Amino acid sequence: MSDDPGGVPAGSGQDQGGTENPRPGDGPASPASPADPAGSAGAGGDAAASGPAGSADDQGDASAERGLGRFRGLDRAILDAIIHGSPTVVTILAVISALVLGALIIAFSDTAVLHAWASFFSAPGAAISAAWQSIASAYSALFEGAIFNPHTVAAAFHGGSVGAIFYPLSETASEATPLVLTGLSVALAFRAGLFNIGAASQWIGGAIVVTYLGFAVSLPPVIHVIVCLAGGFAGGAVMGWLVGDLKARTGAHEVIVTIMLNYIMYDLLSYVLDTPKALQLPHQANLISPNIAADAQLPHVGGPPPQVGVGFLVALAAAAGMWWLLERSTTGFEFRTVGANPSAARTAGMSVQKTWILAMLLAGGLAGLSGAVTIQGSFYSLNFQSYGTYGIDGITVALLGRARPAGVVLAALLFGALNAGGPVMEAATSVPIDIAEVIEGLIVLFVAAPPLIRAVFRLREARGSGMEAIAKGWNG
Amino acid sequence: MTAIVAAVRAPIVANRRLIAAVTFVAFGLIDILIFGLFSHKGDATFAFSLFGAKVTVPSLHVPARPVTYALGIASVLIGVARATVTESKLLKRLSIAAVLLFFVLAMLLWSDTGSWADGIPINVITLMQGTLAASIPLILGALAGCMGERSGVINIAIEGQLLLGAFTAAVVASAVGVLWLGLLSGSLAGGLIGAMLALFAIRFLVDQIILGVVINLLISGLTGYLYDRLLVPDANTYNNASTFSTVKIPVLGDIPVIGPIFFDSTIFLYITYAAIILVQVGLFSTRWGLRVRAVGEHPSAADTVGINVLGIRYRNLILGGMLAGIGGAYLTIGSVGTFSKDMSSGLGYIALAAMIFGRWTPLGATLAALLFGFTTALGSFLGSITVPISPFILGMAPYVATIIAVAGLVGRVRAPAADGKPYLRE
Repeated sequence: MSDDPGGVPAGSGQDQGGTENPRPGDGPASPASPADPAGSAGAGGDAAASGPAGSADDQGDASAERGLGRFRGLDRAILDAIIHGSPTVVTILAVISALVLGALIIAFSDTAVLHAWASFFSAPGAAISAAWQSIASAYSALFEGAIFNPHTVAAAFHGGSVGAIFYPLSETASEATPLVLTGLSVALAFRAGLFNIGAASQWIGGAIVVTYLGFAVSLPPVIHVIVCLAGGFAGGAVMGWLVGDLKARTGAHEVIVTIMLNYIMYDLLSYVLDTPKALQLPHQANLISPNIAADAQLPHVGGPPPQVGVGFLVALAAAAGMWWLLERSTTGFEFRTVGANPSAARTAGMSVQKTWILAMLLAGGLAGLSGAVTIQGSFYSLNFQSYGTYGIDGITVALLGRARPAGVVLAALLFGALNAGGPVMEAATSVPIDIAEVIEGLIVLFVAAPPLIRAVFRLREARGSGMEAIAKGWNG
Repeated sequence: MTAIVAAVRAPIVANRRLIAAVTFVAFGLIDILIFGLFSHKGDATFAFSLFGAKVTVPSLHVPARPVTYALGIASVLIGVARATVTESKLLKRLSIAAVLLFFVLAMLLWSDTGSWADGIPINVITLMQGTLAASIPLILGALAGCMGERSGVINIAIEGQLLLGAFTAAVVASAVGVLWLGLLSGSLAGGLIGAMLALFAIRFLVDQIILGVVINLLISGLTGYLYDRLLVPDANTYNNASTFSTVKIPVLGDIPVIGPIFFDSTIFLYITYAAIILVQVGLFSTRWGLRVRAVGEHPSAADTVGINVLGIRYRNLILGGMLAGIGGAYLTIGSVGTFSKDMSSGLGYIALAAMIFGRWTPLGATLAALLFGFTTALGSFLGSITVPISPFILGMAPYVATIIAVAGLVGRVRAPAADGKPYLRE
């Protein structure tokens, strides 16, 4: 129901298509259409639409359309998608636009480039090449840090490590892992009509439990890992439940409660890391916990250099689980119904309050799991470095992924790549790592504004792209 | 539709009285059982004069334990009254204020009689000055939120407006050397974000909650980037602003107690006074305000009678952004002079909470912002007398209090009906 808000306008457009002459590119501009068989692709929507329009007069038009449909192969469907700016195309163009703007910021904050541009009219070539130099060095370092470094291949031929070739990619996956889970947390709440700004507090809730279970309890190897993961989920779920329960019982707005809980849990984290009786590493002045036991650490797949840990698989499993929950289960249907229209859900006999509580509980659990895989999979110790900014980044990941599990995974991988490449870029070119944050923000901004992207790239009006109806106002 | 909505809300309203009463009683019990039982013998001292003031007001000595018990019992009685008697709106609000005040007083009495306090008096003037100073960015940010949301556009980008205002003010004031230009440019920077918010929300129909979060991310990244790239290498030129000095208002500034608190401060406090009055009176007593509220509640009706819906939204967001920009400028050229990364540190989100807490009214938002400001000032006072509580636990107090207040006392709030919904003419 709320899945495809564009469904209604698209349907009315097709009705007209059935009676008029076939217009080019009238097929459904959804990403699914390239996968359809050539015969039904593109024309499928039109033929179906002529059904309701349904008189004998239309038969000729319909068959003519089917004839045309044969010529619409995969290439045509792709072209349609591009001309109309399907969600996928808009997302790709948004990424490109953000990278271009990021490049301009990099170039024009470089003093060498600014000096060269000061004498633009006497030496325009020098100015442009200086700007290009600045951009190319930064972005190639970003790419080498995030995806693939050509030098590692050459080194592998001369006796170097083959695993090193995959090191950047594994770094990306490792950076993406907690983002997938906090992104899923925010996305799940969105689907139930709740805005979970509190993934950061739920992350802390999970991480504190995991760290405690990790170093203070001794259990057999595999069981220890599982108990820690479950503890992380539970720790986050309690924080989420608190928010949902307060909203259901008293009407306290989840945005205020989650913002406040973020501060409270941040202070609690400082407190437990500052208190030797709690989680502080003994004889330490810094705010850092002991390492968790080796039994509780998540193993890596394929040895240390490629750091794709089991944590990444846990994150993917969580995404798959959330997909099943939302799309295949009754509970998920209730989530989506309450998210789309709480009054209608209540009229249909669903308990809006219970749904809020359950959705926040699961959302909190996912964010707590993010804390668990961060501690168990990469840092092994709880401190403010491992805390990072996963909670807030989860919001942008969920938005970029359009609150869909698969979208969240892809968005987290993109942000993970930027986060993995950022330090390499900063080390190689002294471009501050914050540019990654700017690019991330620009990407989400452009993805959220399909009309802008369409205007810039002269795409035609599309139906049902964009992020309509993910989040709502305060009263929703 | 309305009937359904009423049905949805009915059980919550029925519970409200009980929840509020229980909250009051809980506050009272904390007063008695924690602050009362654990307070030391002796008097707490409240001082009302700054060191070296011309006219001194005698300090007040209060026996801690009996008074704390009395305050707690009073809170419990108010709670019982709340559960049994139907009170008017004014009385309800007064009772909330009284219980919170009693709670804070009990806490102060407890803290000032302990051995750790060592006879240091509670200086009410310093405490209040700290409250106002901490509240300035919150109030201006919350007013920016009111301006936008009363016209129907959600503004989560207050954080970004504060941060960019702080950044621009510091850079301009140090590069040019004129503080006033720093203030002006900080304000314009906030207005610029307001314009960006308006453009994307109104012209490109971007979901407004997403938009605000993204703008905050963007501004945090951009200012962090420029800070590392330009400000750090050349800090003397770009990040070395002076700060506004305090201006004492003649006559009013000489009044004992009140003068030093309210009328002896930087220009920012006076701008804040003016902004509160202008927005409150403007929104509720002028034709402009009526139009703004009409646009925020029912834009199509407003459009029908000839109000320029989109024009009002653009204007309000830009003006609100300029207010928040001044609040941001305060963070640099009003207090410390230099910009540091992410220095707004979530104040924008607290301003947002204050606006919701204050039910989208400028005065309510101001009071909520003052509450946050007070807890900040209280935290630094308690830190200075080294109360035997971890500073981190003390730091939680304002946020816990907010959750209790929002859940127990405020409950379900109603935003302007068209808040967050883009307006498209039929």
